[in-house]
Amino acid sequence: MKTHEVIIQPGRSERHYWRDLWRNRELMYILSMRDVSVRYKQTALGTAWGLIRPLTTMLIMVFVFSKIAKLPADPGVPYPLMVLGGITVWTFFSTAFTQISNSVTLNSNLVTKVYFPRLIMPISSIAVSFVDFLVSLGLFILLSIWYRFIPDWHLLLLPAFIILALLASFAFGLFFAAVNVKFRDIGQLIPFIVQVGFYICPIAYSSRLVAEKANEWWAPFYWFNPMVGIIDGFRWSLLGEKAYFNPQSLLLSVSIVTVCLALSLYFFRKRENTFVDDI
Amino acid sequence: MSVITVENISKQYIIDHQKGKGTNTLRDVLTENLRSMFGQKTKNAITHEEFWALRDVNFSIEQGDRVGLVGHNGAGKSTMLKILSKIIQPTTGTVRIRGRVASLLEVGTGFHPELTGRENIFLNGSLLGMSRSEIKRQFDEIVAFAGVEKFLDTPVKRYSSGMYVRLGFAISAHLDPEIMIVDEVLAVGDAEFQKKSLGKMRDNSASGRTVIFVSHNLTAVQALCNKTFYFEKGRLIEQGETNQVIASYLSKVAKTRLLRQWDTPEEAPGNDLVRVRRIELIPDYQDNLTHIDVRTSMKFQFEFWNQMDHANLNLSLHLNSLTGECIFNIGTLSQPYGKGLIAAECTIPGFFLNDGSYTISIMIVKDTVTPLYVMEEGITFDVEDYREGIAWYGKWPGYVRPQFPFHTKMLEPVISE
Repeated sequence: MKTHEVIIQPGRSERHYWRDLWRNRELMYILSMRDVSVRYKQTALGTAWGLIRPLTTMLIMVFVFSKIAKLPADPGVPYPLMVLGGITVWTFFSTAFTQISNSVTLNSNLVTKVYFPRLIMPISSIAVSFVDFLVSLGLFILLSIWYRFIPDWHLLLLPAFIILALLASFAFGLFFAAVNVKFRDIGQLIPFIVQVGFYICPIAYSSRLVAEKANEWWAPFYWFNPMVGIIDGFRWSLLGEKAYFNPQSLLLSVSIVTVCLALSLYFFRKRENTFVDDI
Repeated sequence: MSVITVENISKQYIIDHQKGKGTNTLRDVLTENLRSMFGQKTKNAITHEEFWALRDVNFSIEQGDRVGLVGHNGAGKSTMLKILSKIIQPTTGTVRIRGRVASLLEVGTGFHPELTGRENIFLNGSLLGMSRSEIKRQFDEIVAFAGVEKFLDTPVKRYSSGMYVRLGFAISAHLDPEIMIVDEVLAVGDAEFQKKSLGKMRDNSASGRTVIFVSHNLTAVQALCNKTFYFEKGRLIEQGETNQVIASYLSKVAKTRLLRQWDTPEEAPGNDLVRVRRIELIPDYQDNLTHIDVRTSMKFQFEFWNQMDHANLNLSLHLNSLTGECIFNIGTLSQPYGKGLIAAECTIPGFFLNDGSYTISIMIVKDTVTPLYVMEEGITFDVEDYREGIAWYGKWPGYVRPQFPFHTKMLEPVISE
């Protein structure tokens, strides 16, 4: 075996960082499996929780927003189906975002005792939310069979929106993960952000309602929320042309996510060498 | 060929006063000083203090060397190991390492209590840098080494602490790096297991592996290491052959605050009622030793001025471990005294204290109930380990290390033809 020389210097990051990351893919896998298998240990209902949560959220929202507040769905789309589509992608984004933000602090016992590319922690932390997402998506499929709703070619674009939601969770999560190491305020802030996000994103309602109010002063700001394009697009690929989708908002989403992801990644890489001093 | 070269390594920490996390004694002391310098004005100011955990450390390690790092708590040994392990970055300097490094800073790093022994072997193994196929290949050996065959599918939270440690060590013992960095892990586990582990580490170095080893247990360092580095206050102050460095380390240790005295009552610690004149620990060194070990008996002497005309006084001595647990408390009889200098003496026998660091606090008490003055940590001293005819180097358990009569004899010999 060829021995390579490792040089440790202040401010110097590992020359083969990305290669190291790839070499540690087994560790990434094992840490993911750890999170997934620990998730429902010592619970009576086990993985059923992954089903119960989106189902009850959907039922409550149908009751509150459709039955009481009489919010209309997109024409031709059953309201429960629209809500469940929104919940599925939003929950995926928000739990991935939350878990990424907490990934470094939750693994502080590893940070202080072993070296590995620190990006492994946020990357492996998304496994749990992805499993939940698949369960929720399964529920969506069952419900669309119930409503005899047959997806068309739009479905082919679904993976793109899933990846986009994931990239968005990294774009915002990585930054918070690095800040969280020094300022635990982040732990308090995140549930709040997620709660606000739930209302300013088109989950319980359709973006069509906002598009119809285009002359209100706040309407232009609505589209600057990068999740709007992603959630609308996700629903559009599941439900077809009947669901509202504004391609321009997707363009905005993609640009915001790309810029934020680049900045977040740069910030995380800049900070990761000093995590151990602050944690 | 040198496998590790360390040049001008320093590590600085900035300590935030006023705000900042955690309260450590250093910070308290510094804040106190600043307060007294600037009066109350400093109360809301945030000041930064520099603290050097390591300062200008240079050394190189040859292939196959077994290097022991010794020094007091906070001398920088662990910081050095963490820099070599790439866990923390130095503030200045350069380290060059040739070869695959495995760091063992903790037994069972990353063990998750909810996961089974089997799952944790894979988790810990891959954290330490083993590939899955490597772990699979050595799996049976690891399990046999740890002796946990029956509990492989039990969550480790149900393991006894001994099993937990054995499993953790078994995994790391099957690492196959060129350079091995080990921090104080021999301090755990039972005797038989330690013997196995030490044997394993010796085999490793016989096969040309480089080992860097931190331990408070000098006997283990002597048994394992051919070279020793002595750290003090972040500086590497001596390096060389193990026996030589350990001898000079021990002679320096012995000088730690065994005597404190004050010539006039005005500058002495105390209050209007009593003032301390002298506090001293006098070890009865044997065999030309210059340090205290578990065999050494010691005289503790204490003198104080009583400034009251008439008082019933007694002394209460607390001997505490470094972590603050009281090992014992002993008091004198209460006796009436007038103004003047009062002396006390107490003998702490040899073969009594276990190895470790201790502090002596003394309290002057009036009428058997009212403490007049407490001198906290008046004396600090270390008791070093000493063993004869024992091939086990683990930390001797317990607070005391008595030699009560305890014998074995043959009761019914089996006579073979």
